[in-house]
Amino acid sequence: MRLFCVLLLGVLGLSAGAQAQSVARGQALFESRCVACHSLDANRVGPALRGVVGRTAGKAKDYFYSEAMAAATHVWDVPQLKAWLTNPETVVPGQDMNYRLDIAQDRDDVVAYLASVSTANPAPPFLPLPRK
Amino acid sequence: MTSLIHTLTSGAAAPSRRAFMGRTGTLSAVAVALLAGQDAMAQGMGGDTSKDVGILNVALGLEHEAINAYQLGAGSGLLQKPVLDVAVRFQADHKAHRDALIATIQKLGGTPVMEKKLDDYAKALKADTLRNQGDVLDLAARLELGAINAYLGVIPAFGNKDLAKVAGRLAADETMHYTLLQNALGRPLPAGALSFGA
Repeated sequence: MRLFCVLLLGVLGLSAGAQAQSVARGQALFESRCVACHSLDANRVGPALRGVVGRTAGKAKDYFYSEAMAAATHVWDVPQLKAWLTNPETVVPGQDMNYRLDIAQDRDDVVAYLASVSTANPAPPFLPLPRK
Repeated sequence: MTSLIHTLTSGAAAPSRRAFMGRTGTLSAVAVALLAGQDAMAQGMGGDTSKDVGILNVALGLEHEAINAYQLGAGSGLLQKPVLDVAVRFQADHKAHRDALIATIQKLGGTPVMEKKLDDYAKALKADTLRNQGDVLDLAARLELGAINAYLGVIPAFGNKDLAKVAGRLAADETMHYTLLQNALGRPLPAGALSFGA
């Protein structure tokens, strides 16, 4: 039992370390690949990205979207953002970004970083139980 | 500042301000001719060009922001000669890019995205946090690096190969800017080959 706990803590520690590493690398990638158009807290050429995970697509406050993005209704989650960075046109045809990250690890890390700076909580996938 | 900046702005290799501005005007005209003057190119683009126009408009948005970023730097009083002259030179490049992109977008039947007010750029770029010349150069370097990667990153999305080439040429200009800014900041060269646009 003790050995199991040590092993489990070791795995969790490695996992947390890997996650932190991914976020740190994602931040560096964000600075070099995304910052031409995006900031975390200001709408520039692209919308502000703090809180993007859990946000409804095309609905960042005070940002003027393309017609296609404004009509989008999905909520950005990790898989959607990775698909978006793979090829945005496949996620929202007619969008204006068109920028791609070709390497899967880069997408993973950038999305891990965006998730780490997203404070918005997505709506729960179930309705709360009624009070008795 | 460093030797590269010095070389760019001094001695026989450096044109006078008037000559420089005249040369910039010439470069701008050449750039416009290369991008927008190719009527055959524009006319030969059959089908839906709206996607290419959309990409060019994003690029135009970047150029508007770059012009205003350098304006904020030049007007901040934080830049000293010869760095100030270099900033003005880089701003002129971005103005040439802007003019060429506007002309190309219009030739393709699109509507160029409008420039915002200087104050809007100042707020978005947190210009009030700039305290010294290094801060200004750091902001410029970050924007130039982002622009390099943005231009390289959209190349595969262009429907027209000539426009993709234009994106590559714009990225080359931004790379020149970025490299000089990094040098001026005393930063090392990129660690390895193929560091841009992956």
